[in-house]
Amino acid sequence: MCYNPLNKVKCRVVHNNEIVPNIYDMSIDVGEMVKHINPGQFVNLYVKGGIHLLPRPISICEVNKKEKTIRVIYAVVGEGTKILSSRQKRDSIEVLGPLGKGFEISKGKGNILIVGGGVGTPPLLELAKILKEIYGEKVKLTIVLGFKNDIFLVDEFKNYGDVYIATDSGRQGYKGNVIEMIEDKLLPYIDTIDYLYSCGPTPMLKGLQKFNIKHSIKGEFSLEERMGCGFGACVGCVIPIRNSVNKDSINLTKETMKDNDYIYKKVCKDGPVFDCLEVIF
Amino acid sequence: MNLGVEFCGVQFKNPVFTASGTFNSGREFADVIDLNQIGAVIVKGVSNKPWKGNVTPRIAETYGGMLNAVGLQNPGIDVFIREDIPFLRQYDTKIIVNIVGRTVDEYVEVALKLANADVDMLELNISCPNIKEGGVAFGVDPNMAELVTREVKKVAKQPLIVKLSPNVTDITKIAKAVERGGADGISLINTLIGMKIDIHKRKTVLGRKTGGLSGPIIKPVAIRMVYQVRQVTKLPIIGVGGIMTGEDAIEFMMAGASAISVGTANLLNPRATMKVLDGIENYMKTYNLLDINKIVGIIE
Repeated sequence: MCYNPLNKVKCRVVHNNEIVPNIYDMSIDVGEMVKHINPGQFVNLYVKGGIHLLPRPISICEVNKKEKTIRVIYAVVGEGTKILSSRQKRDSIEVLGPLGKGFEISKGKGNILIVGGGVGTPPLLELAKILKEIYGEKVKLTIVLGFKNDIFLVDEFKNYGDVYIATDSGRQGYKGNVIEMIEDKLLPYIDTIDYLYSCGPTPMLKGLQKFNIKHSIKGEFSLEERMGCGFGACVGCVIPIRNSVNKDSINLTKETMKDNDYIYKKVCKDGPVFDCLEVIF
Repeated sequence: MNLGVEFCGVQFKNPVFTASGTFNSGREFADVIDLNQIGAVIVKGVSNKPWKGNVTPRIAETYGGMLNAVGLQNPGIDVFIREDIPFLRQYDTKIIVNIVGRTVDEYVEVALKLANADVDMLELNISCPNIKEGGVAFGVDPNMAELVTREVKKVAKQPLIVKLSPNVTDITKIAKAVERGGADGISLINTLIGMKIDIHKRKTVLGRKTGGLSGPIIKPVAIRMVYQVRQVTKLPIIGVGGIMTGEDAIEFMMAGASAISVGTANLLNPRATMKVLDGIENYMKTYNLLDINKIVGIIE
């Protein structure tokens, strides 16, 4: 039988550890699902607390085809993720996926800039791994990661490219945000960038969009929005997408856009990855 | 074992329908369940022109349910007729079109455009709490409810069900009003208006502040209202509100529903309708019930 991502699968937790305060690293044995995942896709995890019905949609950080496991990294932000964090090795967990459309791998040749922020960083790890696997020497990854204070995954990213760190607190790496760091330290390199992939908090992506326009950089963003179902049925997690990308439309914001300027697309199904210039913040 | 039901003169292979707004027109589900197995697809609300819907966030989780303020985002009746009807007609299931509007004229326009379309039934949505005008405004005032029902009925070529809002003091008054207006059936309930506050950010979770509460948390309210409405009208009822299992469906039918709609459960598990259908069959086997119609309204 062919694999269907919309069939819930009962899976086993392989491990679930807190790696820095409030951030958890979980591996799940998902069986055949591993063969069907693109970097940038996500899974629905169901916590089954009885009162928490909606899934936690969480991006896939890494796929281990041999072990048939996926790895997810998530922040504990509410009751649901708190329950998720209490899951232990050998516990069962229901998983739906992979969901959404991942990153466009075919664009990832040449000089690639990867920008991650906080818990937006994890899906970029699988992306970096796959780009290196496919393109080898034909791709050079420059990876810029921003965190509030505690850093994670940094050493693993170093396997695939040059890694630069920025922290808001200045505890490690550059003190400031990722865009400030790029403009301060990496400016000579900017002109050589062929493509950009990014995932992180909305303010970061909003800033990065301006940066991309200024430096004529093409690329894509993975977005987050509060989801209901995760597979396109409830039409809850929409994002305005520009009807056209031009000089006039590029300055539109959610506050200034008019009905004719945009269409709503579903983050869960049409995304979560979108062209970096099309999104209206 | 007979699962077939007759509703407003239309034959359905079973009483399991999909609640409007939780199933779109079935495309998202067609790869994972066999749409031929569903009694009817009640599609997401359709308006005369495309509607953009509300700002985000549109979804909030609550204990035992969820709040939504999607605001009936839909591509409009022309796109629906062109794309969704042919899609659904590939399957052996009935099509019930949920129609929405801001004014009586808008509702009438949609019903008119559907008059010559290949659909089985209409469900008049006078109960969506998530739009500024129309919607629930019609659903909470008996005179308005009667008026819009009558005007749509004048042009409708298919049987007309009216979906009622639970956000009223006396649901029976609205039920009787739509009966006077010429409704052929009643669907109830739509969502209950609710609100959630993010105490850390000190603001409402939903962009539109309030939204419609759905999911198993609302089931007792829905059961009670189906039961109440059953007492005051002979119109057949589609029961909806928090159905997760076959047992839930049976409960609605005993309260007086001739058919049921699965809503929020679709969002939690794409196979929910099949699970409900299995559960109904199991119940029938357990109690040696040969005809599902025999339990409709058995609670005195």
